[in-house]
Amino acid sequence: MGAYTIRRILLLIPVLFGVSVLVFSIIHLIPGNPAQVILGQRATADAILEVEKQLGLDQPLLLQYFTYMGDLFTGDLGTSLKTKTPISEEIWGYLAATMELTFVAMLIAIFVGVNAGIISAWFHNSWFDYIAMVIALIGVSIPIFWLGLMEQYIFSVKLGWLPSTGRTDPSTTIDTVTNFYLIDTLLQGDFKAFKEVVSHLILPGVALATIPMAIIARMTRASMLEVMKADYIRTARAKGLSSFWVVYKHSLRNAVIPVLTVIGLQTGLLLGGAILTETIFGWPGIGRYIYDAIEARDYPVIQSGILIIATIFVFINLIVDLLYAAVDPRIKYK
Amino acid sequence: MKRKPWLLLLLLTFMLSLVLIGCSNDEEEPEQSEETEEPGETKEETEEPTESEEPAESTGGTLIYARGGDSTALDPITTTEGETFRVTENIFESLLTYGEQDTTIQPNLAKEWDVSDDGLTYTFTLEEGVKFHDGTDFNAEAVVYNFERWMNGDAEQFPYYTMFGGYKGDEGHIIESVEATDEHTVVFTLKRPQAPFLKNLAMSPFGIASPTALEEMGAEEFNQNPVGTGPFKFVEWRREERIVLEKNPDYWKEGLPKLDEVIYTVIPDNSARLNALMTGEVDLIDGLNPSDIQRVEDDPNLQIIERPSMNVGYLGFTVNRDNPLSDPAVRVALSHAVPKKDLIEAFYAGYAEPAKTVMPPSVEGYNDEIEDYAYDPELAKELLAEAGYPDGFEIDLWYMPVPRPYIPEGEKIAEVIQQSFAQVGVTANLQTTDWASYIEQATAGEFDAFLLGWTGDNGDADNFIYTLLDKDSIGSNNNTHYANDELHDILIEAQTITDQEQRNELYKQAQEIIHKDAPWVPLVHSTPVVAAKKSVSGYVPHPTGSEAVTNTSISE
Repeated sequence: MGAYTIRRILLLIPVLFGVSVLVFSIIHLIPGNPAQVILGQRATADAILEVEKQLGLDQPLLLQYFTYMGDLFTGDLGTSLKTKTPISEEIWGYLAATMELTFVAMLIAIFVGVNAGIISAWFHNSWFDYIAMVIALIGVSIPIFWLGLMEQYIFSVKLGWLPSTGRTDPSTTIDTVTNFYLIDTLLQGDFKAFKEVVSHLILPGVALATIPMAIIARMTRASMLEVMKADYIRTARAKGLSSFWVVYKHSLRNAVIPVLTVIGLQTGLLLGGAILTETIFGWPGIGRYIYDAIEARDYPVIQSGILIIATIFVFINLIVDLLYAAVDPRIKYK
Repeated sequence: MKRKPWLLLLLLTFMLSLVLIGCSNDEEEPEQSEETEEPGETKEETEEPTESEEPAESTGGTLIYARGGDSTALDPITTTEGETFRVTENIFESLLTYGEQDTTIQPNLAKEWDVSDDGLTYTFTLEEGVKFHDGTDFNAEAVVYNFERWMNGDAEQFPYYTMFGGYKGDEGHIIESVEATDEHTVVFTLKRPQAPFLKNLAMSPFGIASPTALEEMGAEEFNQNPVGTGPFKFVEWRREERIVLEKNPDYWKEGLPKLDEVIYTVIPDNSARLNALMTGEVDLIDGLNPSDIQRVEDDPNLQIIERPSMNVGYLGFTVNRDNPLSDPAVRVALSHAVPKKDLIEAFYAGYAEPAKTVMPPSVEGYNDEIEDYAYDPELAKELLAEAGYPDGFEIDLWYMPVPRPYIPEGEKIAEVIQQSFAQVGVTANLQTTDWASYIEQATAGEFDAFLLGWTGDNGDADNFIYTLLDKDSIGSNNNTHYANDELHDILIEAQTITDQEQRNELYKQAQEIIHKDAPWVPLVHSTPVVAAKKSVSGYVPHPTGSEAVTNTSISE
């Protein structure tokens, strides 16, 4: 298992290399000039040339790429063209914001999705099954921005139960240590702020959870249905084990592999793809950071941001693969 | 089997409601208190430890201002971006400032000034006893230090050149020298007269920064920790989240500012921002969708505040492309084919006025005698036939992909224009691209016809007419590539004389010429609106788009 893990981590190198080449080529293919964006509508042609020169954008592309990669190997993620701040300094806050939101969203998605899937399979073709699957279908197809605005309108504006936007109330000060506000508030022992952070996480968490929740529910149901037809389940039932035990112990364990795969993929997707949720809920996350960077043609931020997300994505998949072995003793990595 | 789903569903619903109730409990207290107005707000205030000791009367309260984007920087000279100025106007002060809601010149850090007859020497007498937030004295040396810093910069560091023609050593640079003749007197010597010089000095980018802080921190850190003389001191900046400013207790203007604290927060989506205002999470929002104005007006707790217009949205015709639009007669004909009033009704919720010339009426030199080309498709058709196009022609009409204050919905406005052009026989194919490329291609003159606009920088006519339509500005902001030597001579003359009356006359002539040649169909001057809680008072939006909240207060 150790050797396998190391091999997988080594495989990361060609993957990330590929990603970097791809990202680099794509962003230089899109029209639009960062110098123009920096200088704004008021720029003169001379000033644009000047700035391009200072940013090194007049260099041949290949040279630009190698300069960037060279810096990367020394741990330098580059400097944002827009904010002129080193990316390594500013990216962590955004990343933590998104990770915290993704964590909550996946918690909701897994808890509700897996259970809904199991129950649907258990009461196959019952009305619960039908309703759950219709809801799941709506869940995968619902536009997030619409759902988000509706959540805000109902739960914040009309009912006043939950705050509509942001990670905290604007006037709350949090000493950022880890940038995970759930952890930071606990470290400070500030439970009022902790509750506030939790309440701010619910609406965006639910909005972000809908799609993975629906996918997980459908996947769990399908996988469970298959397993529940197996002989060993019939045997378990014949032995007189309670339905609950049969379903949650025997069937789920065998049905969980495809579900795990889906969970891993979805978690990775959420990390990079929470842009709509982040926009609606004023969430200062990595999706918006990269999106703004694309708008501003902030090349270093786009490159480093995507590389970091790709790295995390690969690691999540590695963890999922390792989990297979933990869940299913038949799977062994050498 | 059949009954169990019921039970489970009940159980799940129960659990879900528990979760919701659990959360709602945390929120209920402040939420309820807000509805019961006065006593409630005080209660909310007292919950915050820092303010609990002070009696309610003496606290000026906190204003939470939500906007669509974060500032890019907090050292105002490093950018041209409006969200930066909105914040830095509170931290920094320029030598001069504008009138409360116009662009007349008013004293600020300089209390008096004197201009020599040849327009080359400006002598400023500075306010005495002003201190920067870090305790450094504000004096003539500080002013010189700031100008030396900017004049020795370059385009990537400071967009200083856009207003003063270049940097030290450049041919076009207007300023010869800036000298401190005594503790409180600064003398600017110009190489040649620059008519809008005083208006330029009043702009937000030219706020005076503390030399000590700049020396100690260096430019990069200063950009994150700005130190000026303004009514509010910088406290904290969490990017894309919030910027916190607190009252400067030693502010040189007696009794100001009224607020204790201002927090600028970011909510990118217009509808979500309005939701946050309606829940009371924030006190004031900008960037309201015109279609949402009614919702705010219907809410008894909210108010609409108008920002005087200093912009223009226009339909530009690139005049040097190989198509019928190079003929002024055709452009005049098409000017009769744009239903401006309908556009304003439909897309600006009435918060705009039809434009007939380059600049809005709030700018000195506006020519009100120009008679706009009336909307008249029949006449347009006749004129097109006279110009030799009885069967019309085909062009590409480009619209911007992002909402701008002057064109809130580019695509829909373009569709209306497309239809009314179709009525006169002209086929307009709608095109768009992303914003960065849009500007680039427009500048390069690659569009037949396009929607674009402009928000004034310093409230001077030169900043509209010369910047947008002079032949010198081709390649920067004259996207129509319209070049008229007669116009050019007038505009250059107007740049060099300092008598405002005379300048106004020249600009009126200039507008006549432009009207005749019709490189644009000026569409609208829009009135951006902000929405605020009724408890917010004294917030006076400035036409430039950024203003300090010095006089703003929030009632308990």
